[in-house]
Amino acid sequence: MTAMIGKPVNRVDGPLKVSGQATYAYEHWENDVGQPLYGFIVGATIGNGRIARIDTTRAERAAGVQLVMTHLNAPVQGIPTPDPSVPLPYWVAKPELSSPDIHHYGQPVALVVATTFEQARAASNLVDVEYTAEPGHYEFAARHDQAYAPKTLVMGIATDTAVGDFDSAFAGAEVKIDQRFTTPYEFSQPMEPNVCLAVPHRDGEELTAYVSTQIVSAARARIAKTLLMDPQRIDIVAPYIGGGFGSKLAVHAETILALLAARQLKQPVKVAMTRQQIFQLVGMRTTSSQRVRLGAERDGRLVALAHEATMYANPQEEWAEPMAAFLRSLYAAPNRLTRHRLVPLDLQGNEDVRAPGEAPGLLALESAMDELAHALAMDPVELRIGNEPTRDPERDVPFSDRRLVECMREGAHRFGWEGRPARPGSRRDARWLVGYGMAAASRGHPQAPTKARVRIGADGNAVVQSDMTDIGTGTYTILTQVAAECLGLPMDRVRVELGRSEFPTSWGSGGSWGAANSSNAVRRACEALCEKQRTADGRIPAEGLEAEGEIVGASDDPNFTNYSMSSYGAHFAEVGVDIDTCEIRLRRMLGVFAAGRILNHKTARSQLIGGMIWGVGAALHEEAVIDSRSGAFVNRDLAEYLVPVHADIPEIDAIVLDGFDDKANALGVKGIGELSICGAGASIANAVFNATGVRVRDFPITLDKVLPGLPLAEV
Amino acid sequence: MSNVVDRNSADIAAKTTQIALTINGLDRRLELDPRTSLLDALREHLHLTGTKKGCDHGQCGACTVLINGRRINACLTLAVMHEDDDILTIEGLGSPGALHTLQAAFVERDAFQCGYCTPGQICSAVGMLAEAKAGWPSHVTADVGSRDIVLTDGEIRERMSGNICRCAAYPNIVAAIRDVAEDART
Amino acid sequence: MRPFTYERATDSRAAVTAVSRAGAKYISGGTNLLDLMKLDIEQPSHLVDISRLPLKDIDELPDGGLRIGAQAVNSDVAADGRVRTRYPVLSQALLAGASGQLRNKASVGGNLLQRTRCPYFSDTAAACNKREPGSGCSAIGGFNRIHAILGASDACIATHPSDMAVAMTALDAQVELLGADQAVRHVALVDFHRLPGNTPHIETVLQPGEMITAVVLPPPPPGRQLYRKVRDRASYAFALVSVAAIVAAERGTITAARVAFGGVAHKPWRGTEAEAALIDHPASGATFRAAADAAFASAVGRGHNNFKIELAKRTLYRTLAQVTQPDEDTP
Ligand SMILES: Cc1cc2nc3c(=O)[nH]c(=O)nc-3n(C[C@H](O)[C@H](O)[C@H](O)COP(=O)(O)OP(=O)(O)OC[C@H]3O[C@@H](n4cnc5c(N)ncnc54)[C@H](O)[C@@H]3O)c2cc1C
Ligand code: SF4
Ligand code: FES
Ligand code: FES
Repeated sequence: MTAMIGKPVNRVDGPLKVSGQATYAYEHWENDVGQPLYGFIVGATIGNGRIARIDTTRAERAAGVQLVMTHLNAPVQGIPTPDPSVPLPYWVAKPELSSPDIHHYGQPVALVVATTFEQARAASNLVDVEYTAEPGHYEFAARHDQAYAPKTLVMGIATDTAVGDFDSAFAGAEVKIDQRFTTPYEFSQPMEPNVCLAVPHRDGEELTAYVSTQIVSAARARIAKTLLMDPQRIDIVAPYIGGGFGSKLAVHAETILALLAARQLKQPVKVAMTRQQIFQLVGMRTTSSQRVRLGAERDGRLVALAHEATMYANPQEEWAEPMAAFLRSLYAAPNRLTRHRLVPLDLQGNEDVRAPGEAPGLLALESAMDELAHALAMDPVELRIGNEPTRDPERDVPFSDRRLVECMREGAHRFGWEGRPARPGSRRDARWLVGYGMAAASRGHPQAPTKARVRIGADGNAVVQSDMTDIGTGTYTILTQVAAECLGLPMDRVRVELGRSEFPTSWGSGGSWGAANSSNAVRRACEALCEKQRTADGRIPAEGLEAEGEIVGASDDPNFTNYSMSSYGAHFAEVGVDIDTCEIRLRRMLGVFAAGRILNHKTARSQLIGGMIWGVGAALHEEAVIDSRSGAFVNRDLAEYLVPVHADIPEIDAIVLDGFDDKANALGVKGIGELSICGAGASIANAVFNATGVRVRDFPITLDKVLPGLPLAEV
Repeated sequence: MSNVVDRNSADIAAKTTQIALTINGLDRRLELDPRTSLLDALREHLHLTGTKKGCDHGQCGACTVLINGRRINACLTLAVMHEDDDILTIEGLGSPGALHTLQAAFVERDAFQCGYCTPGQICSAVGMLAEAKAGWPSHVTADVGSRDIVLTDGEIRERMSGNICRCAAYPNIVAAIRDVAEDART
Repeated sequence: MRPFTYERATDSRAAVTAVSRAGAKYISGGTNLLDLMKLDIEQPSHLVDISRLPLKDIDELPDGGLRIGAQAVNSDVAADGRVRTRYPVLSQALLAGASGQLRNKASVGGNLLQRTRCPYFSDTAAACNKREPGSGCSAIGGFNRIHAILGASDACIATHPSDMAVAMTALDAQVELLGADQAVRHVALVDFHRLPGNTPHIETVLQPGEMITAVVLPPPPPGRQLYRKVRDRASYAFALVSVAAIVAAERGTITAARVAFGGVAHKPWRGTEAEAALIDHPASGATFRAAADAAFASAVGRGHNNFKIELAKRTLYRTLAQVTQPDEDTP
């Protein structure tokens, strides 16, 4: 058996992608699809209230228009009812145009379908809507008195936890940090918009949805439940997905509306959200206000630790992000508490955005740890090492494989951490104030039920199939490697087919579980196949051989109860802050990560670097701003919602420590898709403090927030 | 009430115009609504879907194509404005079996993840390298008066900033472009 | 986008005639017009494509100045050897704007006439006096981080987003116009854009149908030139504030100074008060500070943009230091 797993091989889908031949959802022009019609969504221009009158006459008369669907003529749809078998909302019905009530700005009030895109978009302006607006609550900061405790957080995670007696321990601590941090609304905004090409068959009794989605099984379930159809009559096709980052775990209005229209018109219909609409129709990362309290002894040992997160929720679609939950297993401290509260607002429901929980939570916590290190005049690395737990501090179970200290030590060494400016604001390079910062990364390792099938033909070529997706994560490549190694075949004799509902089901790509889930399922399928081949005396019959492999969800795997399982890392960043204007520029960054076994060092590094850059965005750029009068996101395009561009990103490297987590799964693999955003932003925030002596606790750290703290540098 | 409208094809036909475009060296005739962006003409009418739509407003670069050798955003121009132009898209640059050097460098350097911004990055890089070769300065060129343009990583980053990659493959993209630029020099 | 008819103009005179019909508009690079047409903000019924008119040349003028054709694209102007050596501030400003792709399309004329990036202006659901006179201004009392601190009114606090125009303003550029009556006239760029007053929808002194045919640069003024743009990310972002400075000093005393600001007003803003505070004064920190204070003495913040006042002062301060003392760290 040649070792293929881990090899830094090029992506098997690379040549297709770089030549524009990989086909994304909106791009299926195969003969059996046919010429589609184009749908354009019309969104509400109020944030709360109801449609008083809607007149589609002008739109219907416009050139090329085939259908204008509103709540007056939309078909009956399923209503959202929680599915006890799946602890996430993405498998649940999502009816559109189902009532005149408006719950958030931009909510679809009509779909205009026309022969061409230009006609549909033009006619969308001709739908006349009158609203009865009601006062809405849009301003998070003004509504904290309304905060309530959710029953549980998403995935059934406990809302609050407490160990020991935090209050008295904190009161008695020698050194205390008690700070509030705020983080903004953020959007995933993958480069491919949320789109669906809906193709009806047999008079609309069967539907094919070419859709940009991370989880094929969730898309199918949501569609079936919403359109009140047998799931078997719905076919999902998603071979290539132009990024997701959480925003495509579920299908949204684009898919439901395209399918409703296609079924009714008995013609293919495609709908793409405009970039502006994505800011109103897809869930965002909640804004937050996080209070962090750290009480320590003079030697840096934490005696009391509290992290309380207040977030927003849409009362109709409550979704509570586990923003402080990671802390339950991160640092040791005898007295501790975590708490989550929700403030109801009339905004679209929030959803997963890359590393929900840890990403915003670590921005706050790891900034606070830096404040503590500063207060103690300690090396931030040593402070963290001094609070390294030996067992999971709240669950009191062993860690499966915890290498945080190693990541920090290795990173500090490679980065030249010892050369950091000892005092904030003390180093200058030309017009830049220079600072170093570091932060720890940790991300829980989840597991979800996943099946895969492997078939080998008499020609000795193998095909791997799963409804798993490759959203840029490298699934095609790593599964090719795993199957090749397990079957003892060269990679070019293995073909991986993904993203179709006809294939064995999985929970797709999300929560950093995709690679571990699918690689282990494929491994099992391969083992089963090899077993079959052995019983057939090593011969492959003319009709070939086939086998399935399956892994169970975390709740059915005792290791997830008996061990605390996470992946870890450490970030080191150097920033420059302009002495006059306070523009902040990253100068270099290094991440060191330990996530069990790595399936492909090349694609893993890419993904880790990508996540680190998301941390740069979270620290310095990204913020979606609500107009508290209308409930609309004001800066809803890519010219005003800023994400990092090439010029913002200098040399960045990500290093992975070779490893194997034997408790995680047979391949020893843990997730990496979200790990590297965790803590990344905090390392940059801490570097900004080190550069300037100005601590900004309101993210993102834009220049206007540093400016008042930094005096004019005289010439 | 029925909102299914009779299709009035006369109405649509009256508003289209005949145009001829040269794309990847081939003459293509099209019957188009003048409102059609070059991007939609490529994707929806010619089924050349390698050119991507990320924002439709010039804010991401996914739609980058080369017109007479220069990179532009295909979303912010009308197809009818490009009769007589030489349009090059990612499909004209190379194919999976015969990749352009930049395409090959992108694969080798893993300069993409989801691949959606990638055709735009590559077309942009082709245009960018030509601009640098022609001695064009950039925002980070210390002396815009100097004709001597050294394509440092900083220069590549600034010049490629019109192409957003949300997967954030930036360091690998820069490496791929650097490889090709260095090869061209030696 | 509403339906329109399209024609490609063959010469300037024909273009001016063609655009005289109701609802007609020029389209050049299209990077601003099409952007806004897609959002239903601009609604022309006829487009006159002037992008192929023979107005792309950059010509030497007898007085030592340059005449830049209105159809020259931003990249060509920025890369022109004469612009780079004699008007580096203009190259720098152009290169600080938009992206490589956009600059390859954006024309000089279109750049001057690009509309504000005020987000309420491009949202048909929001009240906006500029888009719909009399409807109100959503930016006042709304999210106004990118808005004006100088010369705004209670009707509109939008800014003009151009970088190029800021440098041209400092260079005392003239705009050459061809009127509906086929007559040519010149308007100083400082007088070309208007302040919002009560009529923010009227942005320039262009007459109906008038076409920009060129921008005329007088001979380069004495002194060193520098454009400094401050923004939220390192590239591909509009200016929070920008400064174009052209300053000459002899034996430590400033003998000539031209200053213009971007991102602060409804038009590229000529800093005459700052200039007065500079000329005949020593090239020193105290002078730069006095110039900065003078330039923004009448600045008014609207909430989110309050920081721009201090930011603009500091940016001017440092730009002056750099342009007068070549040893100062370059940007
Ligand atoms: C994402 C993005 C980022 C950008 N960033 C920047 C930036 O940082 N800095 C910056 O300065 N700019 C920036 N821009 C704006 C860009 O510079 C302008 O869009 C461009 O300069 C407009 O030129 P155009 O030729 O495309 O104009 P068009 O879109 O063709 O025309 C704009 C307007 O001018 C009129 N017009 C055009 N030419 C003439 C003429 N000769 N006579 C009379 N009327 C005419 C048109 O009728 C139209 O009303 C950005 C644009 C985008 C989309
Ligand atoms: S600032 Fe001007 S452009 Fe913006 S909303 Fe007010 S009136 Fe409109
Ligand atoms: S699609 Fe053209 S720039 Fe984004
Ligand atoms: S590769 Fe996904 S956006 Fe660039």
